[in-house]
Amino acid sequence: MAALDQSAAQADSRKGRLIATPAALYLLLFFMIPLGVIVTYSFATRTATGRTVLTGWNLSSYDKLFSELVLRIVWRSFWMASVTTILCLLVAYPFAYYLATRAPKVRNILLVLVMIPFWTNGLIRIFAIRFLLGSDGPASQLSENLGFGTFRILFTPAAVVIGMVYSFLTFMVLPLYVAIERMDWKLVEAARDLYAGGTVAFRKVTWPLTRSGVIAGSILVFVPSFGSYVVPEILGGAKTMLLGSYVARQFGAARNFPFGAALSVVLIAVMLIAVVINQRAEANRA
Amino acid sequence: MSTTMRPTKWASRLLALNAWLVFAFFYIPIIVLVVFSFNGSRRVNIWGGLSTRWYPEVLQNEVILDALKNSLMVASISTIVATILGTSLALALDRYRFRGRKTLDGAVFLPVIIPDVTMAVMMLVFFAQVFRFIDSFGPRFQLGIYTIVISHIAFNISFVAVVVRARLGQLDPSLEEAARDLYASGWRAFQKVTLPLILPGVLAGALLALALSLDDVVISAFVTGPGSTTLPVYVFSAIRRGVTPELNAISSLMLLASTVLVLGSLFLQREPKSKTNNQGE
Amino acid sequence: MKLKLTGALLLLALVAAACGSDGDSGAAASCAVGETDGDLSFYNWADYIDEESIPRFEEEYGIKVEYTMYESNEQMLAQVDAGAANYDLIVPSDYMVDTMIAEGLLMELDFDAIPNATNISAEFQSPPFDPDHKYHVAYQWGTTGIGISYDALEELGNVEPTWGFIFDPALSGMVSGGISMLDDAPESFSAALKYLGYSIDEVLVGGNEEAIREAGELLKATNANLLKYDSVSYSDDLMNGELAVAHGWSGSFAAAIFEADAYETHVYVIPKEGGVRWVDGMAIPASAEHPCSAHAMINFMTDAQNGAALTNYVYYASPNEAATEFILDEILEDEGIYPNAETSAQLEFIPQAGELGLLMQDLFVEAKG
Repeated sequence: MAALDQSAAQADSRKGRLIATPAALYLLLFFMIPLGVIVTYSFATRTATGRTVLTGWNLSSYDKLFSELVLRIVWRSFWMASVTTILCLLVAYPFAYYLATRAPKVRNILLVLVMIPFWTNGLIRIFAIRFLLGSDGPASQLSENLGFGTFRILFTPAAVVIGMVYSFLTFMVLPLYVAIERMDWKLVEAARDLYAGGTVAFRKVTWPLTRSGVIAGSILVFVPSFGSYVVPEILGGAKTMLLGSYVARQFGAARNFPFGAALSVVLIAVMLIAVVINQRAEANRA
Repeated sequence: MSTTMRPTKWASRLLALNAWLVFAFFYIPIIVLVVFSFNGSRRVNIWGGLSTRWYPEVLQNEVILDALKNSLMVASISTIVATILGTSLALALDRYRFRGRKTLDGAVFLPVIIPDVTMAVMMLVFFAQVFRFIDSFGPRFQLGIYTIVISHIAFNISFVAVVVRARLGQLDPSLEEAARDLYASGWRAFQKVTLPLILPGVLAGALLALALSLDDVVISAFVTGPGSTTLPVYVFSAIRRGVTPELNAISSLMLLASTVLVLGSLFLQREPKSKTNNQGE
Repeated sequence: MKLKLTGALLLLALVAAACGSDGDSGAAASCAVGETDGDLSFYNWADYIDEESIPRFEEEYGIKVEYTMYESNEQMLAQVDAGAANYDLIVPSDYMVDTMIAEGLLMELDFDAIPNATNISAEFQSPPFDPDHKYHVAYQWGTTGIGISYDALEELGNVEPTWGFIFDPALSGMVSGGISMLDDAPESFSAALKYLGYSIDEVLVGGNEEAIREAGELLKATNANLLKYDSVSYSDDLMNGELAVAHGWSGSFAAAIFEADAYETHVYVIPKEGGVRWVDGMAIPASAEHPCSAHAMINFMTDAQNGAALTNYVYYASPNEAATEFILDEILEDEGIYPNAETSAQLEFIPQAGELGLLMQDLFVEAKG
């Protein structure tokens, strides 16, 4: 019996590897190896004109990381990304719930309706939002007509958050929808009968059952908003530096590839560790 | 929807209200975008009266049309390949225990985590080195649409895998096991049971991949080659001289085309495909 | 795991290849006038050539032109530097010409094949970034100054325009509308240096770090008075009232004022302390596969009528003296596009700043906080 189990496990392992191999090979070849370039660059030297030379390996790019300035930028970005993620979750959860509880045909139409705005150009969309938030824009005019006076959201952190929520809300909606749609409704019903209250049933059953969606969505929103730079620059006025712009600047105008690489390496490492710890915790919970 | 499941009346009203607000949030900027495509001025932010001049103009602008063609090609190929690879990766990670699984489980998040500029630079340097390496054997390669496709697949695999896994996390593996006993072949079991069950996840992943690919500017800009400028790269380059309503016109046409396409396909497949997803009714 | 080993080996091979490679610096071409050597791969900004030129060139020379677009000098540089794609002709800005020469990425031009180069006016024949005029032929040029509404000028007491509108709190405080600066370290530092009375060239080429730090402090102090940093839509925002004073490029203001027909309400000025002059030039990468076709195109675009057609389309000033007679009067008469001689004399190029360039970038981030 034990031997049988073992051979079954072996077959299972073989099959798993077989299924994973094409994607794993692809990622190895076209992601992991290129990533080696970045790791290599982070120890390289920048010449006076900005070229990266692969000699004189050193750690000075990493030294530069731990300045007060960098920490301030990281903290600010972290804060913005957290607000964005929480807002997205608060809006997207009931929204995904609503979508997932429609009739299958309606559901698909609604899902596609969610996606259609994102099959246009992102920059043009951001410019449309810019117009809406401007001090001459409809939002401000409406408030003036209502007697609250004009106001400006544009070029404030609030505009950045609005823009990021707009850009990344679907990243939250999709995994949540996918998780809620698959939920075992009998369990929810049973819980309702058991606890008699919707709130308790939600907390004890619905929420745990959809956690995988919540986590996937939060990662998909938090990570890009942490590194976002187009939205902050156009809607936020670039008056304060965020991490995404800072990294982009190193590979762009500053042409300091080694420092940009070191920043990226540390950023990737920290985020990866956070994600993996989270996953392990989830696995233990299951 | 079974009657016991129906949320209380006010709760369901609140849900509906939230949904409509979200749709309004999504679509109000889109309406603005479309309205400004009828702006007579050359600069989108300066209103110059109603005009339809940009539509014929953009349809004759070969530069923009070529860029659009490139974008659509990149987006469709990378979405299809990434959806297949990403789904299989998610399945393997969720269903099977094999050596290297834990490493892979973490690595799958890397393309999601990496800043896009960083990925852009590393892909460019990587391709350059590979070309030099191949060059020493004779054949010459250069950047082009295919390098954009390769790079887009690389990040899209991960996005698809993460979304599909959100679905798999919910599924009861015993269903599949039962199916496997029934059909005896893993492939048939997959086809008959697993695939229909995860299909909404796969669809959502594909939709996301499509949007990401259509919108990517940074990575495309770095790994593009002669003649393979994509639409977002064009837009970013053109804003130096001011955004023209031409770009709004092409975006509006894309919206129109995707709406027609989607509604058309929904109309054609009126029969709901699977009856297995009905518990929620 | 076997895969890991393969990966490590591949990586090693790549790194080895990287160390072994070197740009073929110092390449030079030798072409006859009008000679072509295959289809032309033209790497340029979007919408930066008039619509007829390429088809006419293709017809005249019987070759095809592949027009590819980039979105920043740095992105173009990264691509050309990597050498993974063939570009025969590029249009880098001044400082980028300097950088690319320093890194051996540009081919020495064969001016025998570009007889029209004599059309280029003298001031663009020996700019500081290519003093011997060996690597580039000027394409279009412009200036950096201030776009302002007449209302704001009035608030300021109609004084002679100065960089103090942005940097002097006593003046900027009098403006009720928003103020913006370019989100571009060298440009913003240049404006600050001019305000402080320095010559950009002397500071950057002379390595005057103290002046740079002083300008950095000024930018930091100014940050709170700005509505935003913007290099993209500042001129539109000036037109629609979001901004009252904007630091920016001449061409952008000229186009916005023209589109909004705002000649009565807005104006572009170069402050009394002087401003920045920039120029984009045509150049050939050292690795170009079809340098003769590129020479033919440079010569074609430097023709008097073709040069004028370019300016009439993009609304930047032409460095092409012979083209002047074919350029629209409304462009020639626009002082925002063609500054008068007195103002012109005070304009400076921003040179490649080496290590100081990196310092400016860092201090710019610091100034934003």
